[in-house]
Amino acid sequence: MLGAAVALAGCAAAGAGGTSSASASSDADARGESYSRDPYPSTYRPYAGVPTLVTNVTILDGEGGRIENGAVLFRDGRIVEVGSDLAARAGVTVIDGAGSYLTPGIIDVHSHLGDYPSPSVAAVSDGNEATAPTTPEVWAEHSVWPQDPGFSRALANGGVTTLQILPGSANLMGGRSVTVKNVYARTVQGMRFPGAPYGLKMACGENPKRVYGSRNRMPSTRMGNLAVNRQTWAEAQAYDRKWDKYEAEGGDPPARDIGMDTLRGVLDGEILIQNHCYRADEMAVVLDMAREFGYRVTAFHHAVEAYKIADLLRESDTCAAVWADWWGFKLEAYDETDANLAILDDQGACALIHSDDANGIQRLNQEVAKARAAGIRAGMDISEEHAWRWLGINPARVLGIADQTGSIRAGKMADLVLWNGNPFSVYTRPQMVWVDGALLYDMNNPELRPVSDFELGQPGQGM
Amino acid sequence: MKRMMLSATAIAAVFAAAIPAAAQDVAITNARLVIGDGSAPVEGGTVVIRDGRVVAAGTNVAVPAGLRTVDAQGKWVSPGIVAGFSRLGIVEISGVSETNDTSADDSPFHAALDVAPAVNPLASAIALNRAEGVTRAVVAPGTGESIFAGQGAVIDLGADMDAVTAPRAFQYMEYGEAGARTAGGSRPAALAMLRNALMEARDYARDPAAFADRGRDAFLTRLDAAALAPVVQGRVPLLVHVERGSDILTVLDLTSEFPDLDLVLVGATEGWTVAPRIAAAGVPVIAAALNDLPASFEQLAATQSNLGRMRAAGVKIAIGLFNDEAHQVRWVKQYAGNLVGLSRVPGETGLDWGAAFAAISSGPAEALGMGGEIGSLRPGRRGDVVIWDGDPLEVGTAATMVFVDGVEQPLETRQQRLRDRYLTPPDGRLPNAYRH
Repeated sequence: MLGAAVALAGCAAAGAGGTSSASASSDADARGESYSRDPYPSTYRPYAGVPTLVTNVTILDGEGGRIENGAVLFRDGRIVEVGSDLAARAGVTVIDGAGSYLTPGIIDVHSHLGDYPSPSVAAVSDGNEATAPTTPEVWAEHSVWPQDPGFSRALANGGVTTLQILPGSANLMGGRSVTVKNVYARTVQGMRFPGAPYGLKMACGENPKRVYGSRNRMPSTRMGNLAVNRQTWAEAQAYDRKWDKYEAEGGDPPARDIGMDTLRGVLDGEILIQNHCYRADEMAVVLDMAREFGYRVTAFHHAVEAYKIADLLRESDTCAAVWADWWGFKLEAYDETDANLAILDDQGACALIHSDDANGIQRLNQEVAKARAAGIRAGMDISEEHAWRWLGINPARVLGIADQTGSIRAGKMADLVLWNGNPFSVYTRPQMVWVDGALLYDMNNPELRPVSDFELGQPGQGM
Repeated sequence: MKRMMLSATAIAAVFAAAIPAAAQDVAITNARLVIGDGSAPVEGGTVVIRDGRVVAAGTNVAVPAGLRTVDAQGKWVSPGIVAGFSRLGIVEISGVSETNDTSADDSPFHAALDVAPAVNPLASAIALNRAEGVTRAVVAPGTGESIFAGQGAVIDLGADMDAVTAPRAFQYMEYGEAGARTAGGSRPAALAMLRNALMEARDYARDPAAFADRGRDAFLTRLDAAALAPVVQGRVPLLVHVERGSDILTVLDLTSEFPDLDLVLVGATEGWTVAPRIAAAGVPVIAAALNDLPASFEQLAATQSNLGRMRAAGVKIAIGLFNDEAHQVRWVKQYAGNLVGLSRVPGETGLDWGAAFAAISSGPAEALGMGGEIGSLRPGRRGDVVIWDGDPLEVGTAATMVFVDGVEQPLETRQQRLRDRYLTPPDGRLPNAYRH
């Protein structure tokens, strides 16, 4: 078992795109030996599944396609065939999905499950290292409690198969995110999505300026936010140059700086920026900052005012992850419209739903239904299959895993949800959920429902 | 993606509707009619409203001659939604403290605080939730440095400056973990504070003139005692936020010492664990609908089946707590719909459609003792009626006409104006500030 984990770890390191120490040391003498880009590698392995053919379903493929009376065959963790009339074959379990919908597993790009778990008590509130305005050196995965009861609710009620767990928004640079498969494991490494790139959580606006301003230290204003960010990026550029030179030419290795490692990963395009930001004007400034220092913002999260700058987002190829209808909890969340996501999409920007909430993650399909309805009320013609992109391929793109999951396509991971009705209806629930082809939730089978260690033997026991 | 542009006349109609109409007599016919009392919807229904009150609702209802008639064309028609627990109208932006009148940490007064004068009928959350078919709301203060939050109100969401339907309609307080914290650190401390306050209030009620106000050193100021006197006499309901099963029993036991208390439980995440005893006490519950996480140690037994199980045990239920009570009471419709969906999951206990709708209409009204006034379309109730473009519990359904006290309401919101300003990309001829 241990041997297998180590073998996989090597694959994961290579998959993450980093220079592994093993390969560096075998190169020419002039090169300096770099550090491991993946020292806490994924040990996740797909659970056992059986070859399965789901027939007679409405398929929303997550990329904008729809097949009525469709069928999907998957085996060995991967989708093998997608069509409308696949023949049954020997040794394959057939599920007749009459009246049901089959979609890709839901992906939530913004979660704090595990680092702000249930119960919400100080003893396990590990999401904000709120001791300095920039903490790129912290990694969310080192906080994640794999026993958080929230994972099971997201699976059973929400059909969530993949999620990104982020540090909180107290800091301008909150630390690294981690993308996990929604499976219970004894260790966080056992949940890590193999090969998924890391993200760097950044936050603009009211949170960092309030947290540090209230301690009478910088930043206490939005201009302070930018100043600290720019200074830090300038230092990151210098660090990056030093290591680039060392890795190319050898000599004395530069001193390691764990936070700068993360920023260097961003500058090198290996780590994706996930930027908490609400206001349109502020997002525009952040895009300027990214151009100034030569990095890319993969996505703005909570982008309540994104609809005001759909063109800027489109031109910079930056996605906006939004709620369907949250507003009013602070001034930067005041100018909301329920049509935010639909307007972005209509004007050609990449838009998607996200939760940031242990309850909301259980109903992201309904949030998309609301966002779609708001768009239709605004006069747009938005099909169900098109809207499912907001839950399917677009979130996968934001996490850098669109080649692996996020849509129903031959060759991809068999992350699938069979819904007991139309998933745009409030009355519909997940009936079966597969992660990498393994059936991990079945509405009709009480034994196929996970109960975390924390809940075992408690009143209710994971209900 | 193709778009159907709003016509100029449609936009003009929106502006015209922004002026509240005078009280109307109206009949709504040809409705898929929801009474709100727990019964299933009926086809071909009619509602007749005169002088702001429902005079008849059902099938085989005759429309008096000369009455304004709205043909619902088979669409859903229901009583307006009653938000069972909110901060509606007392908050504009939660994080901007100047606009947030929920609680007052530094005030020496607690039970005496009265939210009614703080309600702003022009708060943007009122317009937004009105446009989504919410016509009444229970508005509660939040606690400061006492277990007592103060006196809550029931309001309407009509577009006029008279929002308060019932001021000082109840007293709200915290027990359990939150009560323990404000009382000094433990549940016994909270219980002692509560019992002492009720005893003092009883003394006050016997002879107000003899009640000595001991100022800031008092456990209860004169005004606080005056506010609690009708509570201990059972003339004003006491809404107690409580989550844990054992805490619920402690609260129910209060009536052995204070037999006149009119208790209502709020929250009650673990209510199902003691449901027969809540039912036996005849105490209604305004519960959070979908709490299924052990969010705290007093909610370890959280389950989405809580409301369904309590109802099955005979508890009078309503839906009331949300993630954002100041802005998002519209979500109760989605919550109720989810409880209908839950009834299709083996091993879970949800609600049938009629019971789910009643949990956001007559349920909260009856919990507050106002079932004779609001929450249903039974004759005599206030004329709060909504016409919907689909099933009101379904996400995506919109309210197309809303009446409050028989007055047709404007449905425009600030959010909608922002939407329309940015619905098409700016053309650059003038700044967007000129698009209005």
